[in-house]
Amino acid sequence: MGVRQTTILVILSFVAGLVVASFAGFREFIPGLLEGAWVTVRITVQGCLLAVVMAVIAGIAKMYGPWPLRWLAVCYIEVFRGTSALVQLFWLFFVLPHFGVFLEPMTVAVVGLGLNVGAYGAEVVRGAIQAVPRGQWEASTALNLTRMQALRRIILPQALVAMIPPWGNLFIELLKSTAIVSLITIGDLAFRAQQMNQTTLKTVQIFSIVLVMYLAISMVITLLMRLLERRAAAGLSRGRVS
Amino acid sequence: MEASTSERPAAAEGGVAPMVRFDRVTKRYGALTVLDDLQLDIAAGEKVAIIGPSGSGKTTVLRMLMTLERIDGGVIWVDGEPMTHMPGPGAAGSGSLVPASQRHLRQVRGKVGMVFQHFNLFPHMSALKNCMEAPVTVLGLSRKEARERGAELLSMVGLGDKLDHFPGQLSGGQQQRVAIARALAMRPKVMLFDEVTSALDPELVGEVLTVIRKLGAEHDLTMIMVTHQMGFAKEFADRVCFFYQGRIAETGAPAELFGNPENERTRQFLSAVLEAG
Amino acid sequence: MLWDWGYTWEILPVLAGAAIVTIEATLVGFVIAALLGLAFAILRMSPSAWVRLPVGGLVEFIRSTPLLIQIFFLFFVFPKFGVTLSAFTAGFLALGLHYSTYCSEVYRAGLENIPKGQWEASIALNLSPWVTFRDIIIPQAIPPVVPALGNYLVALFKETPLLSAIAVLELMQTAKILGSENFRYTEPMTLVGIFFLLLSLISAAGIRQVERWLKNRRG
Repeated sequence: MGVRQTTILVILSFVAGLVVASFAGFREFIPGLLEGAWVTVRITVQGCLLAVVMAVIAGIAKMYGPWPLRWLAVCYIEVFRGTSALVQLFWLFFVLPHFGVFLEPMTVAVVGLGLNVGAYGAEVVRGAIQAVPRGQWEASTALNLTRMQALRRIILPQALVAMIPPWGNLFIELLKSTAIVSLITIGDLAFRAQQMNQTTLKTVQIFSIVLVMYLAISMVITLLMRLLERRAAAGLSRGRVS
Repeated sequence: MEASTSERPAAAEGGVAPMVRFDRVTKRYGALTVLDDLQLDIAAGEKVAIIGPSGSGKTTVLRMLMTLERIDGGVIWVDGEPMTHMPGPGAAGSGSLVPASQRHLRQVRGKVGMVFQHFNLFPHMSALKNCMEAPVTVLGLSRKEARERGAELLSMVGLGDKLDHFPGQLSGGQQQRVAIARALAMRPKVMLFDEVTSALDPELVGEVLTVIRKLGAEHDLTMIMVTHQMGFAKEFADRVCFFYQGRIAETGAPAELFGNPENERTRQFLSAVLEAG
Repeated sequence: MLWDWGYTWEILPVLAGAAIVTIEATLVGFVIAALLGLAFAILRMSPSAWVRLPVGGLVEFIRSTPLLIQIFFLFFVFPKFGVTLSAFTAGFLALGLHYSTYCSEVYRAGLENIPKGQWEASIALNLSPWVTFRDIIIPQAIPPVVPALGNYLVALFKETPLLSAIAVLELMQTAKILGSENFRYTEPMTLVGIFFLLLSLISAAGIRQVERWLKNRRG
């Protein structure tokens, strides 16, 4: 899907959502749902930022760190990939207080989802770095760059471009996972939907609108990643098409 | 791995120590011995062409000298210093060598530059940036100095008007010339050329060879090249080494080796190559 | 006391019973995902745009929206049409539906990897499209994608705790109930985590074995 089609789809789904909403006589609920959507977006954005940071640190530590760091990175990646996001969230929410650590629900949400997706992201980072041709490392060695210099200045900038599409998928996974924060008392979109369903019993309409809202947010993510990809690719291989 | 022989390279005839010495160097990949007890001295300023059938270990020679491959036996000396090894912790002058540390490698590696078969340019940097990266980060040159040096070298290889082009915008021949400039920007004493024209379309080979010729004429570089261009080797090299199954089967001045090969293998190889070419 | 072993031994059998529900939901859900996914993949290759595009849109829609909402949707919407689903049924249906979209992408990749010559040879032999799919294409397309499907089986397994939101008595829900009854969440939650971690690691190792076996088989 190109940038243009995605843009059109984003606009269409917004319009469709609004139309469905107004025909269903839901004008009075829209503000509440939008409030919930705003919470969802905030958690998504903060979670994604944390995920990227964790992924880069863990991915590089796993590949090039000294053994204690490498071991730590492997543990982090395996534990957070091997258990589910909801288990991690509940653990942070219910068990950490037992150890004297009390976190705000919002903090639990961002930390839980960010760490979870970061573990998957670490493998993306690793894969992209390994996909850079070996000749680039050899040329760096021939020019006497240190490993860190080669990684930072030669390898990572190239790997970054290959990372963008899989990161787009991970960001959408994170967006979808945010629905589970409603289970730890956060008033996000899923929470509002549940609440309104219980008070109005207009199940079909409410959940349809909410699904479309999630779709719209995920399309915005897709669109932004496409734009980023296009810019990055232009920066990497200027003129390769000409 | 303690080196068995550890004396400094003796002065060759004429009293000058060799620029590069392979001292009983062995390289294996698993059970396969790629280079067997290689003994080879190359004098400063000498231009050596390495030829031979594929799998004869000729590219490995260059890769070992660039420290891209570990060696399994022997010592490589560059400019009077052990490259693959360094003086052991024992008393100074005890003469024992231990395998080189990363620090030692980084220190001696600066004397060697390499041009690769597939260029290995950095695709996210312009031609000029490719030439500036290592001088700035490794040699600590200011950006201004590095830019001047890079621009000068790029115009030397005939690309003065392509400074801001990215590798993707350049032809293979142009990319390879950038790669030569990039290696020269580190001011190496020894330049390695690994089949630098093999990946090029035939009509682009000439421009790269011209640059190498010019380099040989104007600078006092030690140059070692693995090549399939027999004509170029004959005209350019001071000495030709024919590799066969991990050993030097024959070595000599180009006129002798090409004109009157002594070794049966050399004869076979040359006639096969000439027939194909 | 950070960890109470007595309590641990007491709740372990209860959790083990709940683990069976989790595994049941996983397996039933995955059978649905695998079959429905194949149907989606084949429909998305249909020559008619009237089939291809709506199916494609539906798959994208299901894949881009949260599983939790889909679980709620199935659980609360069906009764409106007079069909009451048990929480467990709604749960595995939603899991299967959601993961069928992932499986369909996997199948699609497998189908696209079949060389065009195979289709052309089938036409040359005058095989019907149905026979071509059944005897020529599917047998070649499925084995290479088994490891990828296996990864989604594990992913689906890790999402089963979401069923706790509609009170299916699987592991997570059971752990939560145990935790609130005894005012101690540490042991049940941690045990649930360990259970998932162990099964995921074992499955990952199993998938690697299958991958190796497939590679050897093909030479």
